[in-house]
Amino acid sequence: MPKLLHADSILIQGGHIIDPSQNYFGLGDLLIEDGKIIGLEAPGQIPASRARQVISAHEAWVLPGLLDIHVHLREPGLEYKETIESGTRAAVAGGFTTVACMANTQPVNDNSYVTAFIREKAKATAACRVFPIGAVSKGLKGEELAEIGGMVAEGAKAISDDGMPVMNSYLMRKAMDYAKAFGIPIISHAEDWNLVGQGVMNESALSNELGLRGNPAAAEEIMVAREIALCRLTRAPIHIAHISTEVALEHLRRAKEAGLPVTAEASPHHLTLTEENLREYQTNFKMAPPLRSERDVEALQKAVAEGLVGIIATDHAPHGLVDKAVEFDQAANGIIGLQTAVPLTLSLVHRGILSPLRWVESLTSNPARLLKLPYGTLRVGSDADVTLIRPNQEWTLTEDHLLSKSRNSPFLGWKFKGAIMNTLIGGKIVYGEGLN
Amino acid sequence: MKNLISAAHLSADEIRFLLATARAFAPIIKEGGSIPLLKGQTIVNLFFENSTRTRTSFELAIRKLEGGTLNFAAVASSIQKGETLIDTAKNIEAMRPHCLVVRHSSAGSPAVLAHSVKIPIINAGDGFHEHPTQGLLDAFTIEEKLGTLEGKRIVILGDIAHSRVARSNIHILKKMGASVAVCGPPTLLPPHPEVLGVDYAYRLEDLLPTADVVMALRIQMERQNRMQIPSVAEYARVWGLNRERAQLLKKNAIILHPGPINRGVEIDPDVADGPRSVILDQVFNGVLIRMAVLSHICNPVGLAHWIEKIGHHA
Repeated sequence: MPKLLHADSILIQGGHIIDPSQNYFGLGDLLIEDGKIIGLEAPGQIPASRARQVISAHEAWVLPGLLDIHVHLREPGLEYKETIESGTRAAVAGGFTTVACMANTQPVNDNSYVTAFIREKAKATAACRVFPIGAVSKGLKGEELAEIGGMVAEGAKAISDDGMPVMNSYLMRKAMDYAKAFGIPIISHAEDWNLVGQGVMNESALSNELGLRGNPAAAEEIMVAREIALCRLTRAPIHIAHISTEVALEHLRRAKEAGLPVTAEASPHHLTLTEENLREYQTNFKMAPPLRSERDVEALQKAVAEGLVGIIATDHAPHGLVDKAVEFDQAANGIIGLQTAVPLTLSLVHRGILSPLRWVESLTSNPARLLKLPYGTLRVGSDADVTLIRPNQEWTLTEDHLLSKSRNSPFLGWKFKGAIMNTLIGGKIVYGEGLN
Repeated sequence: MKNLISAAHLSADEIRFLLATARAFAPIIKEGGSIPLLKGQTIVNLFFENSTRTRTSFELAIRKLEGGTLNFAAVASSIQKGETLIDTAKNIEAMRPHCLVVRHSSAGSPAVLAHSVKIPIINAGDGFHEHPTQGLLDAFTIEEKLGTLEGKRIVILGDIAHSRVARSNIHILKKMGASVAVCGPPTLLPPHPEVLGVDYAYRLEDLLPTADVVMALRIQMERQNRMQIPSVAEYARVWGLNRERAQLLKKNAIILHPGPINRGVEIDPDVADGPRSVILDQVFNGVLIRMAVLSHICNPVGLAHWIEKIGHHA
C-alpha cells in the first residue's frame, strides 16, 4: 500500500548542514513531518516525493533554530518600546526560534502571576518560543528573594536581576543556594554599581577627552570575581551576561580551569564596536556594560573562538525616542539586536576569527544546554526548529527592515554579508521565502 | 568655521585669528563703542544650565556687535518635560534665529545639536567636556599680560577631572606653544593624569617656582562629594592658593580664575585682589573673545571686510 504523503511535510534539500549538537557538518537533506525532524540524510537519499513542500537550500546553511537567552520584550508595562508580539517578530526575522526574556518589565517578573502572564501572552501573540527569566529579588531591589519556585513552576528557565546588579553579596549567595533546588542558573549582570557611579562610558583617555563620566572596567571585573567566588562557595551554576573586559575573561578562564560551573555570553555589539564609536555622543552607542577598548574586543573575540565564552546573546534592549534622543548622560542603556546578531557575528566567521561550528554552537546547543531546553539541535525526533541562512548575501540595514517597535540600532546603514533565508518553528515556516 | 564645539578641533591658526580679532576689537569696546557685524541677526542663548556670567558675557558681546539677542532658559533634563533635546532645539530653530549659543550640563549636547539643526552652534560649556570661549579668553589674557604664550609655564590648579575649563585651556595653550601642568588632589585629577598630555603634580609647591601663570579653578561646593575630598577646609589647607604659596611664584607671574571665586577656598582674598590677579581683565576679555567668535561664525565676510578696513590685524 503506498504511503500517504503527510500534509505537514517539508524537505530541505541540498543545504550545508551545521549542527554542533551531533557534529554534523556537511551537505545533507532534512525531512520534517508533523513538526518534527524525521530524517537527516546525505544529499539525494530522501526522494523529493516524500514531502509536500520542498525547500531548495543550495548555497544556504541549514542550522538548528537559533536561541537568544537575553532579550527584553518589555511586556507587560513598557509596550511603547516593544511587545511580546513585535519583539518575537523581530526574533524570527533575525533567525531566532527561541528567546528568553528578562524580568525588568512593569510590574517586574518577580512572581508566578507575571511569569504566567508572559507565557499566556506569548502563547497568544508570539512568533517564536518564549521562555521567561524570573527576577532574583523582589522588584529587582536586591533586598529580598523573589518567589523563585513559583516562577519556575510557571515556566521560568533562569533568574536574573539583569540591569540591576545584586549588590548585596549575602543575598546573591542565598539566591545561588536557593536556585539549586530548582535546577536553574542565575544570570548575573556583573557590574559593581557603586564603582560604576554615574559613569556613562568606559573609563579611559577617551572618556576624559569627551568629558563623559567613566565607568571603569574594574566595576565589571570585581563583580565577575565575586560571582566566581560565590560559585566556588555554593557550587551553584552562574552565568555571566554580556562579559566585556579582558581581565573579566581571565577570571572566567581560571574559574573554568578550576572546574566551576561558570558560563558566559558575549553580545554582538561588544564583539563588534569599541568606545571609539562614542566620539559623536550618539546615544545608540550607550550600553551597560559600556563599549570597551579595541584590546577588550579582541580578547572577547578570541574567547568566543576558543569556546571560553560559549554563548552569543543579543541583550536586545528596545527603547523609544524619548529614552534615546536625549542628553548622553540621561539616555537609556542598550540597543535592539535581534535582527543584526547573525550578520554581525557571521562576519567573525567570514573574517576567519570564528569557526562555523563554534559560531553555530554559541547560538544553538550551548544556550539550549544552559537553560535545559530541548532545542538547538537537528537530531531526528526533535522539534523542527530550523534556521536557513544565505551566508554570502549582501544587504544594507535600513529602518524598513526593523520589526521591533523601537529603532535604537547603531547599525542602521551598515552593509552586511549574510542574511536569513527562512526560519522554521515546529515545522512551520514563520519567516522568509515561501511564506504566504 | 561653522560651529565652535570644542577647542580640541581648533587649529593653531584659527586660535591666532580669533585672538587677533579680539585684540582689534579691544580699543573700540574700551571706549564704549560698538561694531555692527551682527546687524539684523538674532542670536539665541539656549541655556540648559544656569549661568549668569557666561550668558551675560555672550549677551553683551552680541549687543556690542549690534545683534539681537534672546535668552531661552530650558529645563536641564528634557526627560522631565517629555520633550527631547533635539525637539527643543528644532523648535527654536523654527523661529529662524541665526545662531544658537548652547550651555548644557551634559557633555556632548552641543555636538549632538550641531548634527540636528542647520544653524551654527557655539558651545558655551557642556558638562565636563569643553568651554572653548573660556579657553580662548584665558589664552588672550595671558598673551595680553605676558606678551606671548610661547614657552610660558601655566599651572592649572583644582578639580581638573570635572572641569571643562581645564580641558579647553589645555587644548588651546598647548597649541599655542605653552607648557601646561595640572595640580590637585588625586581624586580630582583624571585617574591617569598622563592622558591629558601635560605634566602633573599632587602638591602645588612642586610647581609654583617655575610657573608664569597659575589658573585656580573653582571648587564646586554644590557638586562636592565627601568621597572625593574630606572637606573644603582641608582642600584650602593643602591646595589653596594662599599668600605663603603665592610668594613661591616668580616676580612677574600672574594669577587667573574663571570665576566665580570661592574666597578662602581655592584662593585667598589677599591673592585674588592682589597685584598678580588678572581676574577682572579676564571678564572684560571674555566679551572681546565672544565678539570675535560670534562675528567669525555669523558674518565671516563682514568681519574680513572690517579687518581690511582697519588695515591691521596682528
